[in-house]
Formats: sequence, C-alpha cells, structure tokens
Amino acid sequence: MSPTIAIPREHYLNVSYGVKSWLFTTDHKRIALLYLTTITLLFFVGGAAAVLMRLELMTPQGDLVQSETYNKLFSTHGIIMVWFFLIPSIPTVLGNFLVPMMIGARDLAFPRLNLASWYIFILGSLFTLWVIVVGGVDTGWTFYTPYSSIYTNTFVVAAVVGIFIVGFSSILTALNFIVTIHIMRAPGLTWFRLPLFIWAQYATSMIIILATPVLAITLSLVALEHLFGIGIFDPALGGDPILFQHLFWFYSHPAVYIMVLPAMGVVSELITAFSRKRIFGYSFIAFSSIAIAVIGFFVWGHHMFVSGQSVYASMIFSFLSMLVAIPSAVKVFNWTATLYKGSISYQSPMLYALGFIGLFTIGGLTGLFLASLGVDIHVTDTYFVIAHFHYIMVGGSVMGYLGGIHYWFPKITGRMYPEGWAKFSALIIFAGFNLTFFPQFLLGYLGMPRRYHFYPEEFQVLNVLSSAGASILGLGYVVPLIYLIWAMRYGAPAGPNPWGATGLEWQTSSPPPTHNFEETPVVTQEAYAYGMPEEDLKGGR
Amino acid sequence: MEGNGALAEQFDDLAQQHEAASLGMWVFLVTEILFFGGLFAGYTVYRATYSEAFREASHHLDLLLGSINTAVLITSSLTMAFAVHNAQEGRRRALIVFLLLTMIIGAVFLGIKVTEYAHKYEQDLVPGIRFAYGGPHPGQVQLFLIFYFVMTSLHALHLTIGIGLLGVLAFLAWRGHFSADYYAPVETSGLYWHFIDIVWIFLFPLLYLIGTH
Amino acid sequence: MMQPIVPRHVYYWVYGVLLALTLLTVGVAFLDLGHLNLILALSIAICKALLVMLFFMHLRYSSHLTWIVAGAGVIWLAHLLIFTLSDYLTRGWLPVGAW
Repeated sequence: MSPTIAIPREHYLNVSYGVKSWLFTTDHKRIALLYLTTITLLFFVGGAAAVLMRLELMTPQGDLVQSETYNKLFSTHGIIMVWFFLIPSIPTVLGNFLVPMMIGARDLAFPRLNLASWYIFILGSLFTLWVIVVGGVDTGWTFYTPYSSIYTNTFVVAAVVGIFIVGFSSILTALNFIVTIHIMRAPGLTWFRLPLFIWAQYATSMIIILATPVLAITLSLVALEHLFGIGIFDPALGGDPILFQHLFWFYSHPAVYIMVLPAMGVVSELITAFSRKRIFGYSFIAFSSIAIAVIGFFVWGHHMFVSGQSVYASMIFSFLSMLVAIPSAVKVFNWTATLYKGSISYQSPMLYALGFIGLFTIGGLTGLFLASLGVDIHVTDTYFVIAHFHYIMVGGSVMGYLGGIHYWFPKITGRMYPEGWAKFSALIIFAGFNLTFFPQFLLGYLGMPRRYHFYPEEFQVLNVLSSAGASILGLGYVVPLIYLIWAMRYGAPAGPNPWGATGLEWQTSSPPPTHNFEETPVVTQEAYAYGMPEEDLKGGR
Repeated sequence: MEGNGALAEQFDDLAQQHEAASLGMWVFLVTEILFFGGLFAGYTVYRATYSEAFREASHHLDLLLGSINTAVLITSSLTMAFAVHNAQEGRRRALIVFLLLTMIIGAVFLGIKVTEYAHKYEQDLVPGIRFAYGGPHPGQVQLFLIFYFVMTSLHALHLTIGIGLLGVLAFLAWRGHFSADYYAPVETSGLYWHFIDIVWIFLFPLLYLIGTH
Repeated sequence: MMQPIVPRHVYYWVYGVLLALTLLTVGVAFLDLGHLNLILALSIAICKALLVMLFFMHLRYSSHLTWIVAGAGVIWLAHLLIFTLSDYLTRGWLPVGAW
C-alpha cells in the first residue's frame, strides 16, 4: 500500500460536527448514512422475528410460541423486511450516496425533500415498531381481506398507517432520482454513457412512482373498512375480497422488482470492476432494466391463481410471467459474457456479485415453476414459494446490497475494511443461505404449507437443516457489522480509487468533499472504458 | 424557500432549477393519478357488476349542487391560470389577487360539498355512520355511497391542501418572493390545482350522471 | 426552460368551452341512450381534461419529456383498470371445474 495515501483534510464527514449538523443536513451523502443506520437497525428487528420462527420450526409441534404469536412473527418479519429494509436498502443508501456522484452533480435535485424523505421514513418506522411492541398484526404482510378488514382484532390500522407513511418516503426518493437523472447530468454524459447502476435506479424509481400510490390507497381502504365498518371488500355487502388482492398485487408484484433491480445495478458495476472489462451488451442491460420495470406491471395475477380469479385472466398472467423472465435472463447472460476472458479478481465485493448471479438464477428459474398454472396449483402457499422469493430477495438483493456496501465502503469512509474477514463473511453467508433455503424447496414440493408453526413429523429433518443454516446465515450478517464499524475508524486509508475502477465517483477523493467534485467533470467516453487507450483512471491498485 | 431569484446551489442556473421543479411536480401528479386510480379501479369493477344498483344510488345525489360545483371548480382553474400568468409577467398585485380569488372559489366548492354531505346525513345515506336504505339492493347502494364519500372526501382533502398551499404562496408573493425570473412555486402549485380540477371532471359524471335522469 | 406566456384570451376561450361541455354532459344525462350515455359522458370528460392539461397546465407548450410523464400516468391507470376488469369480465367464460 502506498505510503502517500491519506484521508483528505476536509470532506463531507468532517466539514461540520455535532448532532444538528447531521439531523439538519441536506448533503445526500450524509442522508445516505442516516438511512444506513436506520435500516440496519430495522434489518435486525426483522431478523429477530425470523430467528424466533426458525427456532419454533425446529420441532414439529407448535411448542415455542402459540399460533397467534407465530402469525404475528411472520407478519412482522414480512412487513419489516419488505418495506423497511429491502425496498429502501439500495436506493436510499447506495442510491442517495452515488446517484449525484455518478452523474457528476453536486447533489440531488431536491436536497431538502431528500432529508424530509428520511424523516418521513423514521416516522413510519416508529409507527410500525410501536405496533410490534403493543402486539403486532397477524394478517401476514399481505393483509388479505376480509380477515384484515373485518375479523382480526390486531393493530391493522396502525400498521397500515406506518406502511403508508414509508411509502410516501419511497415516492419522494424516487421522484428525486428521476428528476436528478434527467436534468443534472454532467456535460457529455449522455444516457448511453451512464453507469448501469443509474439505469437500474431510474427503472426502480419508475416502478415506485407508478405502483406505490396504489398500495397506499388500498391499505387506506382496509383501514377505513376496519375503522368504520364500511365494506368495500365485504362479501355481505356485495364487495369482493379478490378486488383487494388485485389492487394489492398491482403494487406488490412490481415491488419485488423495486427490491431486485437496484441489486442488479450493483452487480453490473461489480462485474465490470472485478473483471476489468467493458460490460458485454451495455444497451441490452440498460433496456432490460426498463423492460423488467414495465413488464413487471403485467403479471400480478400470478399471485392469485387459486384465489377465484378467472382462469382466462390467469392464463394471460401466466404467459406474461414467463415473458418477464427474459430480460432478467438477458442480464445474467451479459454478466457472464463480461466475465469471459476478463481479468477476474475475487475480492469480497466480487464474491457477493458472483453469489448473486448464481442464487438469483436459481430463484428466477423457480419463479418459472410458479408461473406455470399447473405447477402453481400444487406449490402455491407452500415452502416452495418461500424458498423461491428468498433466493431472489436474500440470495439476490441482500447479497447485492452487501457487495455494494463493501465496494463503495472506501469511497464512503475513505478507508478499507479487512478483506480477510470480508471474504470469510461472504462465504459464511453463501453457505448459510443455501443451507437455510434449499431444504425449503424440498419441503414445499413435499407439501409443507407456509405460515404454519407445526408440521408433520416427516418434515422435521429438512426443517432442522433450514434452522441450522439460518444460524450460520445470522452469524454471517453480524460479522460485517463488526468489522465495517471497526474499519470506519481504523481501516487503512483507501485513496480516491482503490479498485482502479471507471466511474465519476472514483474521480474524486475518498471521502468526497461536500460538493462531490472540485470542478464539474466533463464526460468524453463510455461507462466502462477498461483497457481502452483513452483510459483515464486516477489511483490504482 | 429561496429568496427572490436565488439559485439553489445544486443547480447550474435558474432555468435548470425551474425545469426540475416542473418535472418534479409532474412526476408527483403521476403518483396522484395512481392514488385516485385505485379508487377508480374499484369503482369500475363494482359499477360493471352492479350497474342497476349504482344507477339507482346515483339518483340520490344532488345533481344541481354537483353541476354547480363543477362549474365552480373550473372557474377556480381559470383564476389559477391567471395567477400563473401574472407571476410570469412579474405582476405582484395581480398575482396575489388571483391567488386569493382561487382560494375563495375553492372554499365555495368545499362549502357546497359540506352541504351535500349534510343532506346525505339527514337522508340516512352515510355508510358506517348513519345508513338506512329502504329500497332494493341496500348493500350495493351502500357500496356506491362508500365510493362516493371516499372519492369526494379524498378529493376535498386534496383541495383543502391546495388552498393552504395557495395561502402560503399569496403570503410569499406579498413579501416579494416572486418575479418574472423566479415563479416556479406558483407554476407548480398551479399544476397541482389543475390536477384537482381534472379529478373532479371525472368524478362528476361517474358519480352524478349514471344512467338517465 | 421557462414556459412561454399564454395569451389571456386563450384562457377565456378554454374556460368557455369547459363550461359548455359541462352543460352538454349534464344535458346528455337526461336522454336515454343506453350504453352511449357512459361513452358520451367519458368522452366529454376526456375532452375537458385534455383542455385543462394542454392549456391551463401548459402541456401544449411543454417538453416531450413532460408529455411522456403525463402520458405514462394515464396509460398506467388505464392498464390497472383494463387488466383488473379482465378478471371480472371473464369469470365463467371457461367451463373449468366449479368456481
């Protein structure tokens, strides 16, 4: 390591001190760190619910908690992980930090709106945490009516208020990104010179804008029904509970793309950096992000195949669900082609990226099983579905998130983390993850239903394997928490570009100054100009 | 809020700042389209299923007051357009006058709405609060009225927020915040106001004009 | 990009047409035209909305990007309605089992 690498004298972290300078900041980089703290806390709350669930599921009997409590545990786990961790994770942490930097801007278009967005997120989180403390909801994160709107006496109204509020936070972040990306790109930075991370954030923001409001109004109706006894989804009044499902899944299916597209954006950055090679098929990957965002709105009925939805509509949704896999597959092929004949190094961010590709592929392929009407009839509401979406959300999104956190850690903090521990954690996470969730495919196929805390004896071995895996996975998540916090203070200074990567964010110091760049950069080449004659990279390995 | 013509530091020039504000408001309006859209979707499903009951229920709404309100809101859109026009020309006093006019006309709309709600209460046609219906299909009629109250009160809530927004703008205009170079907040608030008008343009026929009168 | 200033008389004309269309839609509601009632009412509403968008909201004088954003909102709403209806209108079309 060069002895001349040092932390710059003034940067966004030390330009001002004190709680007020953080709580009233409009610097997108500080706001990203505010979000990081918040969602890390919430991740472990959601994780705690999962720990209790997996402990219960070690034995076939329902002996650790009662049925009602177990219902509250899986509901809490789903609500926290979906709305308070996965959806915000990459956009609010990595997106907030990087979007202005990657396009050569001084900040987002609306910095105060950005801060407001975080405060709104805090408000929603407090609501939801309060709900958990006073007894939670037992409806599942899906809030199906009429149970949620009429029959349950858990804290549905407060819970949907919390979710409504964070939905608004999400919308404001997406709005900020869309306007920023359209209007504030540096000179020379045309759309097709943008990093693919930006394309992914843009596509994600599109989905958030178009889908989240429908969730907001739908949950509001559930709350109104619960509060006033009016029956929009009440069969006694001629209401249709399936209408709730249509409106709910109109949002919630695109929501899963909100959760995975940003991680795909991260993976595109990691694969190029650690193969030191131009991305293969840049425009294919860029357009496939948009295609996923759009087609993702046409498939929601595949969550409702057994609900009473018309078979005709189900067939259309099934067919379209097959189509939506295509742009995802295009990305996987392009990443693989990028790796081919690349100069590959296996630093920890790359381990996460490679893990993503493999696990996302498994998750995606099993999604095709579920998209097939005939197969879905048998595996719907079983552990097969749970394994499918955890392969994508955890094997995919969370690994993408962790890969991104590690990759940009030196930019964010100016310091390097201990690589040995990072590799160790990545491998533990990979192993623990597969041990946790692969048995669940088998369990689901064999018929074990989801959301049950007792099960027939013959499923115990697989459940024990899964719980064992969960303990390893949990360890894998705790270790980075420790060494990353340690490295924030004691890590070796990283310099502006420790990875020797392309991208405007690496052209400024680590940590960056408050306004990101001393002078607005001018862009003259494509995004991943590795190994090309006009390569202009400062620093290096 | 920026001072007269003050450029926020993340922007290169006032034109970029204005463009950002305008695009930001349009993107926000898209979320509003989908927010109301969920209600329109529910309404569509139930009207298609229970067309007879919905027609019957619609006849219990006050067509005269609804029509007057439609004209009222369209008028407020006109005054709002003039407010923006005067902001573009840097005419401070005219801007304030038209903002205040728009607020007043908006308040008239709300007043008429409240009157309608009061009538419904007297007629025992408020689901969840006071509902008793003697005619056929009471459940489905109640369903229509639920949509009537939820959609129009959500609309009224947005209108109330709009009036508040215009009040803030009028105050800032009085303080000399706006000029021919810097009036983006007026324009974006105008966009929001016109959107509220458009929502009502659809609510009116869908709620008040079902079937023949 | 600041908006060009729209002449006042344009606003007055649009206002007049909007009021006229309102009268028209109320008048049509008193005629018994079966399904045409709904189609006419919606068509008139769409015309009014377009007038407000194009002239009061300056869409006519706005960038293509603004057009696309506004259009996307409308198209997505239409999609929500159409695909949801595709379930309700086709239940019972296929004689498959007993729903």
